[in-house]
Amino acid sequence: MEPMAIVSIFVLAVFVGFEVVSKVSSTLHTPLMSGANAIHGVILVGAIIVADHSSTNLELGLAVTAIVLATINMVGGFVVTDRMLEMFKGKKK
Amino acid sequence: MSRTLYDLIGLAAGVAFILALKGLSHPKTARRGNLIGAFGASLATIVVFFYANPGSSLPLNNLGWILGAIAIGLAIGVPAARKVQMTQMPQLVALFNGVGGGAAALVAIVEYLHLGAEATTAEVIFTVFTVIVGCVSFSGSIITFMKLQELMTTRPVIFPAGRFIIAATLVSVIGVGGWVVSALGTTPLLVLAGLSLLFGVLFVLPVGGADVPIVISLLNAFTGLTVAASGYVLDSVLLIIAGTLVGASGTILTRLMAEAMGRSLFGTLFGAFTAKPQAASDSAEVRPVRSGSPEDVAILLNYARRVVIVPGFGLAVAQAQHTVRELADLMIAKGIDVAYGIHPVAGRMPGHMNVLLAEANVPYDQLEEMDEINPTFSQTDVAIVIGANDVVNPAAENTPGCPIYGMPILKVANAANVIFLKRSMRPGFAGIENELLYDPKTMLLFGDAKASLTKVVSALKAL
Repeated sequence: MEPMAIVSIFVLAVFVGFEVVSKVSSTLHTPLMSGANAIHGVILVGAIIVADHSSTNLELGLAVTAIVLATINMVGGFVVTDRMLEMFKGKKK
Repeated sequence: MSRTLYDLIGLAAGVAFILALKGLSHPKTARRGNLIGAFGASLATIVVFFYANPGSSLPLNNLGWILGAIAIGLAIGVPAARKVQMTQMPQLVALFNGVGGGAAALVAIVEYLHLGAEATTAEVIFTVFTVIVGCVSFSGSIITFMKLQELMTTRPVIFPAGRFIIAATLVSVIGVGGWVVSALGTTPLLVLAGLSLLFGVLFVLPVGGADVPIVISLLNAFTGLTVAASGYVLDSVLLIIAGTLVGASGTILTRLMAEAMGRSLFGTLFGAFTAKPQAASDSAEVRPVRSGSPEDVAILLNYARRVVIVPGFGLAVAQAQHTVRELADLMIAKGIDVAYGIHPVAGRMPGHMNVLLAEANVPYDQLEEMDEINPTFSQTDVAIVIGANDVVNPAAENTPGCPIYGMPILKVANAANVIFLKRSMRPGFAGIENELLYDPKTMLLFGDAKASLTKVVSALKAL
């Protein structure tokens, strides 16, 4: 991809990231951190791509390890965040 | 699947992550936000199986290995997240973050081995960045996990000449990083990974227990940036967007957390470089408290089933009796069970509080005496202490020899959350430090009781 396009995406994403969380109650700090943590679990996509084109046993072994770790990060992260947020569900009638 | 369609779906996942972070910033939408994020991540993962990357074909090579590894990850991650105790969640998040950083570093190493001499200088620089920061995030998170799990001391670990060792490690990391860029080779890259892991450990060791959540948040932002850098090397817009979002929002969140805990971010981060060998063992350290905004208080109250209001002298001084009644009426209208816990000597004279609240026409049946209310605190979601201190100070029960030892107290410490409305950190009338102020379940709202309550009332109305 064009380097300039990548720089543009990066800079705009930085501002979006700043903007969406700039005003958040401290009650939600931990769930928000945990949710963001789960989102970077999409490195799983990267791990699958490198596993696909691994050509040696060393590469494949490292890539498979990366897939295991990334899956734990992503799936575990979303599940644990959902559990933290259960307290906001039980709104009485 | 065409490249365009693949990239469009990746973009959709990126948008889902933005909506997820946005949703997670508000209590009403937080749960939905998390689900949107999970949807985006699942979408991105499924789609990658249907797109042949340059040099590969469908179905993906090593498909069995890939699916098997995902199954193992699921078998470890899901039960861990399901079974963990609520109190142990911070360390689990730290661990999840660490393995994410480790995964990013491994992805970068594999791609580096794969590209070999064909890698462009820019790709090598991004690879070096990912390996360094991913490894720091991995080993640093493991140390934060061990501190929170109390597998090691929660106090700052400071050793002689520590800051010189840390500085020297950092210089070596940067030096070896430069070596990898100029020389290209597997050995320098592995040396780099090893040194980065060491730096992560040294970076987190001097951090004290109270600052650990801030460091976890920072390492989380670090991992985000490594994912963005991997996105560059792997030519994936989705990874660039997702990683940058987490890096940027994580940085802001780290700052917000440091502010809410009354900590200096700079002091926390560079404690490693400035800590002197003896300074940390002195008892006169400034202890952290958790302070909140009126909005935070309103959110806690809004989702409570039972709230007990404990008034004290500060309520009388601020003449806030009418405002506190307004708050109570608002909560009752929302279906929350509200009671006042009246300590016999709250205020400056016995019965002071009853008189004050009667003036504001608080129904008498909402006022409960100490002996009636004390057994109910364990079923209370929020105890809100307004301008009282000594009458709720656990020192009266557990510190023989202190001036108020033996005085019966309102056991607000048994409630799930405690909110203190205070003008300052000054101790109460008896001049005794209140340990409850430093308890993790305590939130402080500083300011004049009437002004604070007015803000809480309007924040609660807005919810």
